[in-house]
Amino acid sequence: MNSTLPTAISAVPDARGRFGPYGGRFVPETLMFALEQLDTAYRAARSDPAFVAQFQRLLADYVGRPSRLYLAERLTREAGGARIYLKREDLNHTGAHKINNALGQALITLRMGKRRVIAETGAGMHGVATATAAALFGLECRVYMGNEDVRRQALNVFRMRAMGAEVFPVESGSRTLKDATNEAMRDWMSSVETTHYIIGSVVGPHPFPMMVRDFQSCIGQETKQQCLQQLGKLPDVIVACVGGGSNAAGMFYPFVDEPSVELVGVEAGGRGPRPGDHAATLNNGRPGVLHGSFSYVLQDDDGQTADVHSVSAGLDYPGVGPEHSYWHDLHRVRYCSVSDREALDAFHLCGRLEGILPALETAHALVEALRIAATRSPDDVVVVCFSGRGDKDCAEVARLTAQNSL
Amino acid sequence: MNPLDALFQRLRAEKRAALMPFLTAGDPDLAFTQQLLPRMAAAGADLFEIGFPFSDPIADGPVIQASYTRALRHGLKLADIFRSLHEVHQTWKAKPTPLVAMASYSLIYRMGATAFIEAAQNAGLCGAVLPDLPVEEANEFASVAQERNFHPILLVTPTTSPARAEKVVKVCRGFVYVVSVVGITGTREALPAALREQIARLRTLTDLPLCVGFGVSTPDHVRELQTIADGVIVGSALVKHLENASSDRTAALTAVCQLVKELRAALG
Repeated sequence: MNSTLPTAISAVPDARGRFGPYGGRFVPETLMFALEQLDTAYRAARSDPAFVAQFQRLLADYVGRPSRLYLAERLTREAGGARIYLKREDLNHTGAHKINNALGQALITLRMGKRRVIAETGAGMHGVATATAAALFGLECRVYMGNEDVRRQALNVFRMRAMGAEVFPVESGSRTLKDATNEAMRDWMSSVETTHYIIGSVVGPHPFPMMVRDFQSCIGQETKQQCLQQLGKLPDVIVACVGGGSNAAGMFYPFVDEPSVELVGVEAGGRGPRPGDHAATLNNGRPGVLHGSFSYVLQDDDGQTADVHSVSAGLDYPGVGPEHSYWHDLHRVRYCSVSDREALDAFHLCGRLEGILPALETAHALVEALRIAATRSPDDVVVVCFSGRGDKDCAEVARLTAQNSL
Repeated sequence: MNPLDALFQRLRAEKRAALMPFLTAGDPDLAFTQQLLPRMAAAGADLFEIGFPFSDPIADGPVIQASYTRALRHGLKLADIFRSLHEVHQTWKAKPTPLVAMASYSLIYRMGATAFIEAAQNAGLCGAVLPDLPVEEANEFASVAQERNFHPILLVTPTTSPARAEKVVKVCRGFVYVVSVVGITGTREALPAALREQIARLRTLTDLPLCVGFGVSTPDHVRELQTIADGVIVGSALVKHLENASSDRTAALTAVCQLVKELRAALG
């Protein structure tokens, strides 16, 4: 064998859960046995045809996959360049990509013989997805949600409770996603022998970043097939929003070894580049340790987590998945940021032109997709990972519009 | 000799367990921490675990988390903690009470293991408890620490397998931190029955002192533990008395020292 052959970018993580230098496990010793148990259970499941078939069946019959790849003609005309296609994860059951991962991890929970699940949620979509999976499989479910997000995302709080989950408002810290994650980890510290923690993004200690990416990779795999079938070629550019980065990881992963496909991740630029005004971790952060993993983080000089802000609760997070840090350093994915104001404008534009209200997270990706499309020829194809629907954001957008607080 | 080793050698000869109070640096401010440490030492503390406030502690319960939040509210920096510990240490020249840090790896990584250990040693700290650094990731820190005779202290919990425990105790110096419960820090009514077996198993793996923490809060707990452990770590029960320290320092100081006295008395 020729040892100088380049290794595929997709050939990560290694056995220690490292994506290049990133990832790993930085958690209290109490949780280590659960991570080892999870790693073993997940690896066994992944190579078990019965598990794979059951997961695929759920994705098809319960979630409604494959999700559509839709040519957004009026957005294309608006941009005046490349054709813009939307990968419609918003049409999934529960209205976002989060359900793919929640169902996968619920199946793993059953395999491990655990009967209780916990989750953290920001925008509430992962909480809803977890509550949904818990209802489907008869699992006890508690969702941790920052109090600020409980206020911003009242509809999702109602949905979770209606499906039998307990929503636990978190009062500590900034009362957003980071604090909900701390609280879920603390619950897990005490309940780890009987409870599985369904982490909602490609973050946290190994094997979570790998497992969540794998469960979300149906997005990119379908997109690849659909592009080949509908367009006869791979897309030229793919754009996805990045908070923790699960929809982007699931979309990008099947394409990282395809050098012709340009990949663009969009972070939350918030109110501007000053510390505390944004959540653009890869753009403004540096490598550090947060929530069990080594990755880019927004911290001060001492390593204390910085305050973050985004109009989008799902992107309002001071960390990012370790595989994104790896792709960032390799320059395989370009990460940019989009402001609150631009995302809100895209929310309205997409509604008016396409009759589709995007989640505010998704709206960030739309802004960059429109920008890129404008500079390209009509022969080019830009795919947007349309990660979720905007219903959950309507009350907050109405409030902000009335206040004109931006 | 590292002061931790000297301490445990002496206590073994006296056949007594060590009392190790946990105290958050800078709650509500560093001046108070400086005032508290010698008073607690006089009340019977054998060594201290100094909590370095962190914005996102995962292993800590509500009492210590709130304490960290109070300490960080006024922009507490690591450099300030090191400086004030150094000042306290200077006043203790005759018979210093050993100090170990308890610091999240998030803080240590940012500063760098070598820089952290150097600063800690200059401040008079003789080791560090690493609450979120599993043994698999601890090599770099441990090797730098061991070169400098600074003691890395990892944790063993009820969920730690015998194979893992063997790896953990090999990396530890000074003592092994034995977590009594599956859970976070905070007071508990009773200590788990399985703790005795857990400690007996660890004795077959290491000669290092075994210090028990998490949930240890009352003189009764301490009395029970002294028959099996080399040290007891009391955190939340003491830190709880700091909740109102910003408005009434004397009351907080009195309450903390009173509890330390009672805990020390229970050790005989």
